[in-house]
Amino acid sequence: MDLSRNWLNEFVSGVSADEIDDKAFSEAMTISGSKVETYRYLGEEIENVVVGRVLSLARHPDSDHMWVVQVDAGGDAPVQIVTGAWNVHAGDLVPVALHGARLPGGKKIERGKLRGVLSDGMLCGLAELGLDERDFPYAAVTAAAILGDYHPLDPAKPSISADIQPGDTIYGPVVCARVVEDTAVSVDIGGAIRTVKTPCSNLHEGDLIAYHTANNTICTLADLHAQSAEFPHCIPDGIFILQEECRPGDDIRAVTGLDDHVVEFEITPNRPDCLSVIGLAREAAATFQKELRLHEPQVKGGAEGVLPELLDVETPDADLVPRYTARMVRNVKIAPSPKWMRQRLRAMGVRPINNIVDITNYVMMEYGQPMHAFDYRYVKGGKIIVRRAQEGEELTTLDGIVRKLNANHLVIADETRAVGLAGIMGGENSEIVADTADVVFESANFDGTCIRKGALALGMRTEASAKFEKGLDPMNTLPAVNRACELVELLGAGDVVDGVIDIINYVPQPTVLSLRPDKINALLGTDLVADTMVSILRKLDFKVEGETVTVPSWRGDVGHYSDLAEEVARFYGYNNIPTTLMRGQTTRGGYSEAQQLDRMLGSVCRAAGYDEIITYSFISPAYYDKIRWAPDDPRRDSFRILNPLGEGTSIMRTTTLPSMLEVLARNDSYRNRNVRLYELGRTYHKRAGDELADERHVLTLGAYGDDMDFYVLKGAVDAICRQLRMESVRYEADRSNPSYHPGRCCVVYAGTVRLGTLGQIHPQVAAAYGVEQELYCAELDTAALLDCRGAEAEYRPLPRFPAVLRDIAVVCAEEIPVGALEDCIRSAGGALLKDVALFDVYRGPGIAPGKKSVAFNLTLRSDEGTITSEAADQDVAAILTALEQTHHAVLR
Amino acid sequence: MKQQLELLRAEALRAVEKAGAMEELENVRVRFLGKKGELTAMLKMMGQLSPEERPAMGQLANEARAAMEKAIEAAKAKLEEAALERKLERESLDVTVPGQPVRLGHRHPMYIALDEIKDIFVGMGFTVLDGPEVELAELNFDRLNAGEGHPSRDWSDTFYFKEDSSVMLRSQTSPMQVRAMDTLPLPIRMIAPGRVYRKDEVDATHSPMFHQVEGMVIDKNVTMADLKGTLNTVVEQLYGKGTKTRFRPHHFPFTEPSCELDVQCHKCGGKGCPTCKGEGWIELLGAGMIHPHVLEMAGIDPEEWSGWAFGFGLERTAMRRFKIADLRLIFENDVRFLEQF
Repeated sequence: MDLSRNWLNEFVSGVSADEIDDKAFSEAMTISGSKVETYRYLGEEIENVVVGRVLSLARHPDSDHMWVVQVDAGGDAPVQIVTGAWNVHAGDLVPVALHGARLPGGKKIERGKLRGVLSDGMLCGLAELGLDERDFPYAAVTAAAILGDYHPLDPAKPSISADIQPGDTIYGPVVCARVVEDTAVSVDIGGAIRTVKTPCSNLHEGDLIAYHTANNTICTLADLHAQSAEFPHCIPDGIFILQEECRPGDDIRAVTGLDDHVVEFEITPNRPDCLSVIGLAREAAATFQKELRLHEPQVKGGAEGVLPELLDVETPDADLVPRYTARMVRNVKIAPSPKWMRQRLRAMGVRPINNIVDITNYVMMEYGQPMHAFDYRYVKGGKIIVRRAQEGEELTTLDGIVRKLNANHLVIADETRAVGLAGIMGGENSEIVADTADVVFESANFDGTCIRKGALALGMRTEASAKFEKGLDPMNTLPAVNRACELVELLGAGDVVDGVIDIINYVPQPTVLSLRPDKINALLGTDLVADTMVSILRKLDFKVEGETVTVPSWRGDVGHYSDLAEEVARFYGYNNIPTTLMRGQTTRGGYSEAQQLDRMLGSVCRAAGYDEIITYSFISPAYYDKIRWAPDDPRRDSFRILNPLGEGTSIMRTTTLPSMLEVLARNDSYRNRNVRLYELGRTYHKRAGDELADERHVLTLGAYGDDMDFYVLKGAVDAICRQLRMESVRYEADRSNPSYHPGRCCVVYAGTVRLGTLGQIHPQVAAAYGVEQELYCAELDTAALLDCRGAEAEYRPLPRFPAVLRDIAVVCAEEIPVGALEDCIRSAGGALLKDVALFDVYRGPGIAPGKKSVAFNLTLRSDEGTITSEAADQDVAAILTALEQTHHAVLR
Repeated sequence: MKQQLELLRAEALRAVEKAGAMEELENVRVRFLGKKGELTAMLKMMGQLSPEERPAMGQLANEARAAMEKAIEAAKAKLEEAALERKLERESLDVTVPGQPVRLGHRHPMYIALDEIKDIFVGMGFTVLDGPEVELAELNFDRLNAGEGHPSRDWSDTFYFKEDSSVMLRSQTSPMQVRAMDTLPLPIRMIAPGRVYRKDEVDATHSPMFHQVEGMVIDKNVTMADLKGTLNTVVEQLYGKGTKTRFRPHHFPFTEPSCELDVQCHKCGGKGCPTCKGEGWIELLGAGMIHPHVLEMAGIDPEEWSGWAFGFGLERTAMRRFKIADLRLIFENDVRFLEQF
């Protein structure tokens, strides 16, 4: 919400920009609850630019396109300025940037010579003042094709001859003519003089132009189908010719409405009343302890006709139309609105259109009540029906777009058709146009949710709908429509018909609360007396009698004593509330076991060189194909978002694998080498019993690189299990997991509990992610890890006697897993065997094909005494026998 | 004989001094002190002396031997030390060659920021709660005073799993307030960090999934002054002692009064700069006194209990902390980004 401080000054005295600068104003308003986003002085970047009257102009002696202009800029002597613009004429009022002037964008204007002729400044166009044609539609320039500016694309083949004379044909009905008079334009077409009505503003006496004899028009570039390169100076741009009430020497900022400060507020949705000048004025008056001066609209009325005979309104869907208020204006004279109104609208970011439309916008800004004006002649039968749209009903809105409606939309209709989309936008078929004679002003209150949903469905959130959707004050419709009529009379824009149509479909029930100073103090931690609270509330137009507080109609957000507490706090000052530390019973904070486990898992992963990642919880259903899950795999049964942003984020993942693979692939595509990643994330599964998800926590590892293979990954998983002091951890080959390499995948168990899967990703899966190298992943269920944690550490005495170390190497068949040999050694070794560690697996010369040599370190030790070599030999022999008997593994 | 001994001693000492290597020294020892050495030979001649001469000569000879031995030992030690020095010199390394890399993983910057916050609150007696992301609209909205028709319930803003809009991806961590009220005994002090979801397209400041941290206290006689005091303490721990804060009114459906907490811009000290967009203050979090109606809906008597709550976005906090310019980096997981933290 933009607020013009000039406009605000109309309602609150003592808060003008001269008295309180923008920064102080913004800070105070922010602190009292109206958050200021930004503020700006509209004319901040402009200095020393004044109105000038063009006294005379002459062609530059040394240029084919510049003019030397004498300007009365309000000083003692005329100022000479050289300009390249062609739309300037003697008598014009123009913005003059004098020597030393500053313009938007930091541009500085200095005295200088242009091709030898002194120029004491610059004439300005709209853009140079930081304005555009929306601010001053009348400043648009239409350029005629001046033949003297003709530059043929091919100099050898000009379309128009260089020595063309008035009367010579250019083509068909178009002949060359000479401008003989450039104010009331007349041209010499080779003997005859014609008076021409033309919008072209770049004509000067003596110019040769193209004259269309049949249409009596002067041709533009478009008329001649010419390119702009052919007439480089006949452009639709030029000096801003002022049509304002102003005099030479006036500061241009005041003339163009740039002498204002605009403050942009971020208004919270509970305060639609502050989406208006009056609403913010009330806040400002309370913030700065100033008087709020509101004004009651006075309408003279008296136009011909009796309102109930002219207009009838029906509201069949009464629940969606709490109130519908309308008045009529006749003998309307459509014209631009006066400068003060246009300036205020522009400052608030509204584009001026014409007096009637501007009045509706002005009232909407001032009162916060959206208004609509429509042309009475298009209301067939003089009857307005506010109804739900019919299914498929079409309406072309003011922006020219055909809208297909349904029963959720509310329309303003006559007996035959819709003429407007209630609360959102008017219809093109009832638009105010230049010859509109009778106007209906609608000031209604519509159901906020209905308007919001209607606008949302059509994808057209308008200024009006944005206000309605927050729920407006139905009491506001009458003063607003009266204000509009008052403005009509003030502007002389038409005659107001007596009387008001006012349909009220709700029972006005003011909110009444009881003032409980003790509760308010208890909530705020303050010690305020009731009088302080009462005076704050009264300043905001709450009525307080004894303990009874009547909430003003526009404060729909206040319905509880805690709301009153906030009002008190806002103006007492949040920052004046004391700061205390929590008292009361102390609580013991901390982390749950699962949270502690997450922390521990993270630190083990990082110690193993894995970086933490965070991935989206939603994925594409196609990702299940990418990881080669069968089409009927039950794990595909995912929570599906009904309104996803896109297919790619449409289901909640039941596996973290695709997310990890995506990140690995991305890093691979960035050519990041040797990547190791982990994520502590969730998967989401349907569950019986309720409609929520079984959200499982998963630790995912993912890696690739030349320092990576299956055993490196397994080492990391081992480290996790060891850190958790798990017992009986085992790895079982899993050839059936479709996402993994069938020969390099295993499931890890602790006892009978499945902890997860690890292995090399199936090359086809890697390929689906565009990765050629080997990818490794592990997926571990953290709930299972938590369950299988080992007992807490307990001290065991350190060995008192030395150990005997023996190495054995046995040769066995290739198929026998090392794990089986190790299990065999452990069971065969007696009490002395304390540790078995693989140290080599060898295949090659000296070993028969199909066989391998496997070597272990054995550690033997007794807790009773130093063991003898013989005792050790005995144990090793037993182990070797067992290996041979069980696995045909023989000592190498 | 005496003269001979002295000559021999002097000669031996000169020879020791001259010996520049271990072998030479050994040769000197053998030449003078060995079994067939010159001093040994001289001692053998002692027998020819008269008994009167013998003790004096014997003493003299012993002294000579001791002097020689001592000199040899000293020379030996010196040579050994020199040899060691030469060895160490040979072993010198180029210390500018990089060390053997130890590969450590990196915590995600957002969780670094979160850990800090969690630790601060745990230290103040808060429990850390986890909760579901697939959530009931009843808990995400209705129980938080955002009834039917509240704009944030629109399908354009929130992800739904059910046509009747009853099950959704939580759009805020605030339903954890309700879950805590429903399950924990009073008084409550809790924070609940986690993932939340809103229908925003990805850009430099938006993501359909992001993280919030919720916090709540319910106790007897809890006031807005406590809210201010506690949050100020947290801000001081996060941003340093003496960090200035301000509280300004705001609106949330489930708190009343509501506020936002700003910290004074660390860059400009409040004067206004690009970091704080000229405001001098940086918005940190939203907070407020729990709306009595929210307490009532949880079966907590607002006449007896009161509470306050706060919530903030973790991404923004982490981005500010580490000066990360683009939110997309957080979820892109490029290791060149991750390994900076």
